[in-house]
Amino acid sequence: MELHILLIFMIFAAIVAIEVKDLLSSVIAVGAVGFALCLAFLVLKAPDLAITQLVVEILCLIILIRATINKDLPLVIEGRWVFNTLSTLGFIAVFLLFSWLALRELPRFGEPIMEVVKKYLQEGVSKTGAVNIVTAVILDFRAYDTLGEATVLFTSVIGIMAILRRPGRKKNNEK
Amino acid sequence: MLYFLCLILFCVGLYGVLRKRNLVKMIIGLGIMEYAMNLFFVLLGYRFDGRAPIYAKDQEILNMVDPLPQALVLTSIVIGLGVTALVISIAVRIYEKYGTFDITKIKRLKG
Amino acid sequence: MRNNPETGMTLIVKTITRLTVGLILLFGIYIILHGHLSPGGGFAGGVIVALSFVHLMLAFGKDIAVSRVSKNLASNLESIGALMFLSIALLGFLGGSFFLNILPKGTPFNLFSAGIIPLCNIAIGIKVGVGLFAIFLALVVLERSK
Repeated sequence: MELHILLIFMIFAAIVAIEVKDLLSSVIAVGAVGFALCLAFLVLKAPDLAITQLVVEILCLIILIRATINKDLPLVIEGRWVFNTLSTLGFIAVFLLFSWLALRELPRFGEPIMEVVKKYLQEGVSKTGAVNIVTAVILDFRAYDTLGEATVLFTSVIGIMAILRRPGRKKNNEK
Repeated sequence: MLYFLCLILFCVGLYGVLRKRNLVKMIIGLGIMEYAMNLFFVLLGYRFDGRAPIYAKDQEILNMVDPLPQALVLTSIVIGLGVTALVISIAVRIYEKYGTFDITKIKRLKG
Repeated sequence: MRNNPETGMTLIVKTITRLTVGLILLFGIYIILHGHLSPGGGFAGGVIVALSFVHLMLAFGKDIAVSRVSKNLASNLESIGALMFLSIALLGFLGGSFFLNILPKGTPFNLFSAGIIPLCNIAIGIKVGVGLFAIFLALVVLERSK
């Protein structure tokens, strides 16, 4: 029941974040969505995810506010309003149709398929020695995922440094 | 029902990405889509009367929730932060060059 | 941390920051080290460590934070974290395969247990924390240098 309330709150906050005019209010509404997601993870018995989502959301908000402060945009009335809205709603309708077809094949809520995980849960402590099964999965059974994630983060840092560098100047202001 | 609410949240983000003309609004839509997908994965692994997948010292825990989607989503959250920071830096650069976030005003993109 | 009234925020924010930033850093290190026993791990702890430096930078201005961790040091530390994780993975070849847990397991519920998992957590914590701090440093420092 509390999950329904949290999800409806998240949908309302997302609509506010998309539709409001002021950019700073919009960023704060995204923060509301993120913290409600953190609470939902806590209800769904995932404390690791709740901690990570909380701190990542704070850092994400700081970066977004840093980027959007003092940069506001006047309201623009565009020409092809009807066509744009209709094509967007068409995309959403197609997406919802296919997802409705796919939802019938999924397991019901609360009764997951636990074929692979059964082995992890039985042998997790004896094989790795870690009592936190999530850590055992991401760092021992499936450590390739974590290696790929580290690579993606490294590439992202390199990309940001390359984009924000002042071009054509030898001496930066960083010293 | 819960799955469907989660998909509606995804659709709100999709609407933001496709319909809005402000770059920051599009980034926000991207973030909302990412939240919806993370929540969908964790919803798939939930089990009624489940416990968190951490063993305790003195008691035997049998009904744990599925730890595999949680492990996948844990990496996905940090990757999402990296992607958001990269897109924000591109938007900041565009603002410095063109003085606006409006995508229809950026006309010199071709040449 | 000297009190320079020109840069950064007001005196109240600076005093509270001076009290709390060490505790935040310590909590991040605790989360990293206890990743195999309790909720947390390398990702969350690394982001908390990055947030402590971001807190310092927001309160005192960018000069003091840059004097603590410069951009070159951040890049070097991130590379060290990545190489450490990769070398731990390659160390598994001593036992036969990639990412094999070759160290002794120890008894569960102890701090020194679970083989290579705490070492991997420390490597990922260094890498994530310093990498995110480098992102924030690039967004703040390089944008203002017109």
